[in-house]
Amino acid sequence: MEWDYFLNEVVANRDALLHGAAITFAVSLIAILAGTVLGIVIGIAVTYGGKPLRWPARLYIDIIRGTPVLVLVLATFYVSSAVGLNLNAFQAGALALTLFCASHVSEILRGALQSLSRGQIEAGRAIGLTFGGIFRYILFPQALRYALPTWITAAVEMVKASTLLSVIGVAELLLTTQQIISNNFLNMQFYLLAGVIYFLIDFAIEQVGRFIGRRLDQPTRRAV
Amino acid sequence: MNYHFNFAPILDQWPVLLSGLGLGLLLALVSIAIGSVLGLVVAFASRAPSPWLRSLAFTWISILRNLPILVIVLFLFFGMPQLGLSLDKITSFIVALSLYASAYMAEVFRGGLLSVPKGLTEAGQAIGLTSFRIKRYIVLPIMFRNALPAFGNNFISLFKDTSLAATIAVPELTFYARKINSETFRVIEVWLVASLLYIVCCYAITLVLRAMEKRLVLEKN
Amino acid sequence: MTPIVEVRDLHKRFGELEVLKGIDFTVAEGEVVSIIGASGSGKTTLLRCLNLLEEFHQGDVLIGGEAIGYHLRRGQRVRIGEREVARQRAMTGMVFQAFNLFPHMSALDNVTLGLTKVRGMPRPQAIELADHWLDRVGMLERRDHRPSQLSGGQQQRVAIARAIAMSPKVMLFDEATSALDPERVGEVLETIRSLAQEGMTMVLVTHEMRFARDVSDKVVFMEDGRIAEQGPPQRLFLNPDSPRLQAFLKTSSF
Ligand SMILES: Nc1ncnc2c1ncn2[C@@H]1O[C@H](COP(=O)(O)OP(=O)(O)OP(=O)(O)O)[C@@H](O)[C@H]1O
Ligand SMILES: [Mg+2]
Repeated sequence: MEWDYFLNEVVANRDALLHGAAITFAVSLIAILAGTVLGIVIGIAVTYGGKPLRWPARLYIDIIRGTPVLVLVLATFYVSSAVGLNLNAFQAGALALTLFCASHVSEILRGALQSLSRGQIEAGRAIGLTFGGIFRYILFPQALRYALPTWITAAVEMVKASTLLSVIGVAELLLTTQQIISNNFLNMQFYLLAGVIYFLIDFAIEQVGRFIGRRLDQPTRRAV
Repeated sequence: MNYHFNFAPILDQWPVLLSGLGLGLLLALVSIAIGSVLGLVVAFASRAPSPWLRSLAFTWISILRNLPILVIVLFLFFGMPQLGLSLDKITSFIVALSLYASAYMAEVFRGGLLSVPKGLTEAGQAIGLTSFRIKRYIVLPIMFRNALPAFGNNFISLFKDTSLAATIAVPELTFYARKINSETFRVIEVWLVASLLYIVCCYAITLVLRAMEKRLVLEKN
Repeated sequence: MTPIVEVRDLHKRFGELEVLKGIDFTVAEGEVVSIIGASGSGKTTLLRCLNLLEEFHQGDVLIGGEAIGYHLRRGQRVRIGEREVARQRAMTGMVFQAFNLFPHMSALDNVTLGLTKVRGMPRPQAIELADHWLDRVGMLERRDHRPSQLSGGQQQRVAIARAIAMSPKVMLFDEATSALDPERVGEVLETIRSLAQEGMTMVLVTHEMRFARDVSDKVVFMEDGRIAEQGPPQRLFLNPDSPRLQAFLKTSSF
């Protein structure tokens, strides 16, 4: 009985659910892309920068990583309006997730860069490359190889973290689910449905990550 | 911009904020304890001879790792009563966080088990230890030591995740921060203080864990 | 007198690959037997069968007259239970190429673990016995050190004490010095030699030909899963019968 009712409700609310999923997708994508760009800059600063660059970068990473994402989301939302930045909930949420993603990415990149031998930089200098050239042609392609699988795990984290935007009123998938539940009281069924959808999205990303990880491994093996 | 900082309304609430922080730490400790026991079982199951047990373990890990923790929390607290299982909010949150932790701890312990060389098990066999005793005296102690850094990272993550308990009105730090935020409108101050408390606490945990690692983690030779 | 070790028609396969193709040999009490042979000829596998670290498919291994690892049930050969296997393993002491000391325990605790947990000895008595053997291998001063604080040679001497403290009927050494820095080989060989001179029964797999010649009562030459030749060291090293052994000795350094 209840399940029939549930299925009817799913059909009746399919547009809202799809819209919620689209918002989840959009905000995650923005956070991942913008966060990656920012994260690369900070990652380079923290790995190769001189003191005036390294310190602020380190501080940024430690502050963001020491703060719960929910607090980051709430703080960005409330503080941005208190200081007169007129961001709506979506923008504030996207900004918070971007800041969070950037700290993740910079740590991943730092780990990957530090696993490369210092000798490569010297070898690059020896053939007359500038640091920009060394980074672009020697370090970055290798770091990418190491970091890509972890980076994709970070994407899963972003999708998971996007649920926190429901707390500040961004109508992503979870808030949409909650709104539907407030009309039909099918708590268990609709939270389960949301769980299944999130699982499928994250599982798909994870599998892509594994696939790419394996593909990236092969050329090196063949070369040996 | 001419903002006048006024921390007084927040500092007045010290005892409440600290109790919130303490509750968060407690939730994290209980959850990682339960999650570690479950995770250990799952880790051993993932290396069991039975293929059925193995895929059960991997399914467990995969499902819990790919679900947002907030969805698990809400499902358990609002959804389970429909199945006749009503838990109070703190218990319900602990169950959610423990399940979530179990998947991550299973991964940690799996790595730890793989890091125990086969030769040590054989050395144990050679002096006549049974397989239970080899696990008890050799494999588990070494695994725990090797797993300690990853364990620490997970504990810090869990501690930060306790902020989600605010969504079901568990009175921990984030809950109080939101409350003070809406009562006093000292928006910047309250979030500054809340973040600082979390950061300092995470840092303190890191220091404790580093000291433990120094004593316990086995150096390679 | 029953031999300490008796191996009869031992066969062992890894999947399709037959690694031991019918091994027969005995070790009498107090005897020191060296097993030599080319890489991959099955020396390690044979030693591991004597300690039940490998299962075998045919034949018998008797330690002190007791057939180990299997018994007959209604004409079927069945592997015995885990507790029995553990008890029988304790009748032999094994020294590994990679030492395999427990890294989370001091040298002393490495030795006492088996004494207290397998032999059920009270701790004070176990410590006394462990100290005796650690002293015997020259490691008493370092009894409280962790393996990571010891050199390879020192680790291997602790490993020898760990094995011999269990009072096994026979000690098995699998290339006990191969993983050591050259300047550390001597101290371990000296330890083994002095145990041999005290009458410990031993089976040694070794690439140290000079040592095998000096210390053993019998040398066994393995070739492709079989024993190609065995006898006293003087005869095998000076007048090898088989051309394979002649060739092997030519490529080995003394
Ligand atoms: N666990 C295993 N699985 C499959 N094959 C194995 C295994 N262990 C050993 N073998 C094979 O059995 C054969 C004998 O190996 P073994 O280690 O006994 O040789 P060995 O005489 O000790 O050689 P070395 O002098 O190199 O130590 C080799 O062909 C080896 O590849
Ligand atoms: Mg060998």
